[in-house]
Amino acid sequence: MSPRPHRLRKISNPPVISGFKPYRNKTIDENAEAIFLQYEEYETLRLCDHEMLNHKQASERMAVSRPTLTRIYSSARQKIAEAFVMGKQIIIEGGKIYFDSEWYTCRRCGCYFNNPEKDSWTNNCPMCRGNDISSAGDISNLDGITI
Amino acid sequence: MKVAITSTGNTTDSKLDQRFGRCSYFVIYDQETGGIEFIPNPGKEASDGAGPAAVQLVASRNVQKIVSGEFGIKIKSLLDSLKIQMIIIRDPDRKIEEIINMLNQ
Repeated sequence: MSPRPHRLRKISNPPVISGFKPYRNKTIDENAEAIFLQYEEYETLRLCDHEMLNHKQASERMAVSRPTLTRIYSSARQKIAEAFVMGKQIIIEGGKIYFDSEWYTCRRCGCYFNNPEKDSWTNNCPMCRGNDISSAGDISNLDGITI
Repeated sequence: MKVAITSTGNTTDSKLDQRFGRCSYFVIYDQETGGIEFIPNPGKEASDGAGPAAVQLVASRNVQKIVSGEFGIKIKSLLDSLKIQMIIIRDPDRKIEEIINMLNQ
């Protein structure tokens, strides 16, 4: 019997870089094998240690169960610790994921919009240029919107 | 910057089409030159795959925003990876002309 396939993990902010390289490692071979940190592991680290969410909140953001999130998170920490201790480089790639950008709504014209550019962000509505915008949260729960 | 708007007809009096993949026309509006182009949607009657085909069509015109009433499940991840912004207006009576005027504010 084959195991049940992994549930896709939701990534809302992909990393701006694709990895890390150690520098001035005199004792360790430069071409040592790299650690592959998966996107979902990066995302758990971002949610738990950067946004300071607890595992329950983070698991809801990533659309997985709480124990699954904890498992991904501990694997992320293990990999990063190994890279630090062994002086290995980290490459962020792979994983069973899908991208989902964050959604906002404008109170002035009533439209909903997402933000595909993580690094450049203005606080204006793309339709009416109004600045009265708020986060729409999980838009799939809104009435009549199938996303 | 170019914006794609889904339309029910090929005039600026037409209303916003509430569906993205199976809309009647795409309006490609160029904010710099003010040019408006109407493209009939070849995937209007398609049984499946209308959404990804529509994304390909508008992406080939280098649009950076898409205004529509609804986006299907297959579209979102595609547009996210292409960095095209989605704008949803839940108002079927909105005319193309009004949307263009709003964008120009």
